[in-house]
Amino acid sequence: MDRHGQQEMGNPARPLRLVWVYPDLLSTYGDRGNALVLERRARLRGLPVEIVEVNSDQPVPRDGDIYLMGGGEDLPQTLAARRLLADGGLPAAADNGAVVFAVCAGYQMLGTEFGGADGAPVRGLGLLDMRSGRGERRSVGEIVADVDPGLNVGKLTGFENHQGVTRLGPNARPLARTTLGTGNGDGTEGAYAGRVLGTYLHGPALVRNPGLADLLLHWAAGPLPPLPPQAEELASRLRGERLAAVASAG
Amino acid sequence: MDDNTQQRLRLPMRARVATTVGGAAATVSRLAGKGDGSVIGGIIGLRLAPDLLSLLAVGRQVVLVTGTNGKTTTTKLITAALAPLGGEIASNIYGANMEAGLTSALSRAPDARVAVLETDEKYIPAMIKATRPKVVVLLNLSRDQMDRAAEIWLLARRWREALEAAPGGRVVANADDPLVAWAASGAKEVTWVAAGQRWREDSWCCPHCGAHLQRAGDDWSCRECGLRRPPVTWTLHDNDVIDPTGRATPLDLALPGRANRSNAVIALAVAEAFGVHLTQALRELRTVTSVAGRYTQVNRRGCDIRLLLAKNPAGWLEALDVIAPPPAPILLSVNAQGPDGKDTSWLWDVDFRRLRGRHVLVGGERKLDLAVRLEADEVPFRLVNNIDEAIDAALTVARDLEVLANYTAFQQYRVALGRVQ
Repeated sequence: MDRHGQQEMGNPARPLRLVWVYPDLLSTYGDRGNALVLERRARLRGLPVEIVEVNSDQPVPRDGDIYLMGGGEDLPQTLAARRLLADGGLPAAADNGAVVFAVCAGYQMLGTEFGGADGAPVRGLGLLDMRSGRGERRSVGEIVADVDPGLNVGKLTGFENHQGVTRLGPNARPLARTTLGTGNGDGTEGAYAGRVLGTYLHGPALVRNPGLADLLLHWAAGPLPPLPPQAEELASRLRGERLAAVASAG
Repeated sequence: MDDNTQQRLRLPMRARVATTVGGAAATVSRLAGKGDGSVIGGIIGLRLAPDLLSLLAVGRQVVLVTGTNGKTTTTKLITAALAPLGGEIASNIYGANMEAGLTSALSRAPDARVAVLETDEKYIPAMIKATRPKVVVLLNLSRDQMDRAAEIWLLARRWREALEAAPGGRVVANADDPLVAWAASGAKEVTWVAAGQRWREDSWCCPHCGAHLQRAGDDWSCRECGLRRPPVTWTLHDNDVIDPTGRATPLDLALPGRANRSNAVIALAVAEAFGVHLTQALRELRTVTSVAGRYTQVNRRGCDIRLLLAKNPAGWLEALDVIAPPPAPILLSVNAQGPDGKDTSWLWDVDFRRLRGRHVLVGGERKLDLAVRLEADEVPFRLVNNIDEAIDAALTVARDLEVLANYTAFQQYRVALGRVQ
């Protein structure tokens, strides 16, 4: 049994460790939201949480349960990838079964390569079988996508703001199929393999997608009881409002 | 014939025609109630003479003011600080800060020898070329409406390249903001101001080489490439301005907040570049009480309402510092129309925990986004649908109401309260 199985065996004293990777380089827009949503949904279920912010001049701890990576401009993205590869902590944790959730620039970095500031390929972390490059035009706006039914998560709703095009290899599965917006650029959106998952939804992607937040918590901590309805009410209303707004606009 | 008249006559005929037609269009627009007309007037003028702005700038001493936050207020403060020069000062006081707005501001004030022009961050390189400014003011740079704005590292590089290419002129820049300092150090002459930096989430890393910056208090330096905070000649210290002679003078502004004291010190540094002495300039700064409706107090139904505008996380952080202490209720309001940025993600960059225990009302077209954000920070609140509901709710606990809103939400309230200035 690995370290991550221990939560399922019941070890309530050990808090769930959320490691936010490089907020100094990768937190372009509200990325803190993902940590806050995971923290809230875990605590409401009696699961204690510890949020560890790791800056780019610090080593990435290997004993985290969920690693979060945010968005960033081209130059910070390249710098962050270089440092994470040199540090080795994140790939080691992922190999050991930790959950990794990355958005936008962080998502691209999970692949084997992505397009850097001058468009030249930059080596990624290689945690997902995919490659990203730069597309013809920037995709900015609301995105809606139907999630892989095997994951049992509702529609994705969020905002994308990127110029990336991502192609998945045989060892990664698309997270979703877009019904609005661009995503990976070929009708798919995001990718996952094992407990590593990424999406082009940027910033606080888990705010409007509590089902996805619960999937990550489930991967890290085992089966979870549902939240009381009143704790879900505002997020559900927001989610409904946004999905309705883009449906009527489209 | 005086100098100004001569200057006007030196304008080529097509520029004179363009100015006249543009001005007429602006008047029609104003009369039709479509705002102040500065954009439409400028657009029409530029269509008739594409180089109209540079023609209009000839022979004037131009100040360009840019940065993510505080542009409008600082433009007003500089304009006030330069009043002792005498004579008219051209300025785009209504915040129309792209080429058409600048053009309109100059064409409406043909006799003004001095122009203080708020300029959009993206347009600074082109506007430097067109107006050959005497002074460029760089206030701060932070994340802002990134669904339509440029990435800020990229923006800093464009500023730097534009200043390197500029033939002359002075830059007045905030040394405490690493991105701004790096951009400004491309210029030939810089007046460095320790204007402070409240929001630091966009400057943990070196703008030159990307290494994590060493920061202690307001000081910062890069261990990798050696970039460091430049030595300053003006400093904001609490309520005091410390001038280049080292003397401290209380600012005692009518405008509230640290951000405005920071803007005021910048304005004093600009005034000095025009030969206006600190005591004269400061006297003028203290007379500024509101800026295009911001900080205005109005009374409705026995409730004193104060309007604060903030458009992005850095602005909200500063504005939350300014909000009156309890028990004053607070109305937070957010829209996501084009001018606001259509993405509300930035709300998650604002720390609302300090509002715990306050009486908080939530409004605006995206009030649910704000509600979910406050819920995560464990800040209780009540949803309201308009300013009247907010006033009703406020009057149950107090006789005043602090309103903090982003751009179009602010304008909607301003209109609802009777276009307050």
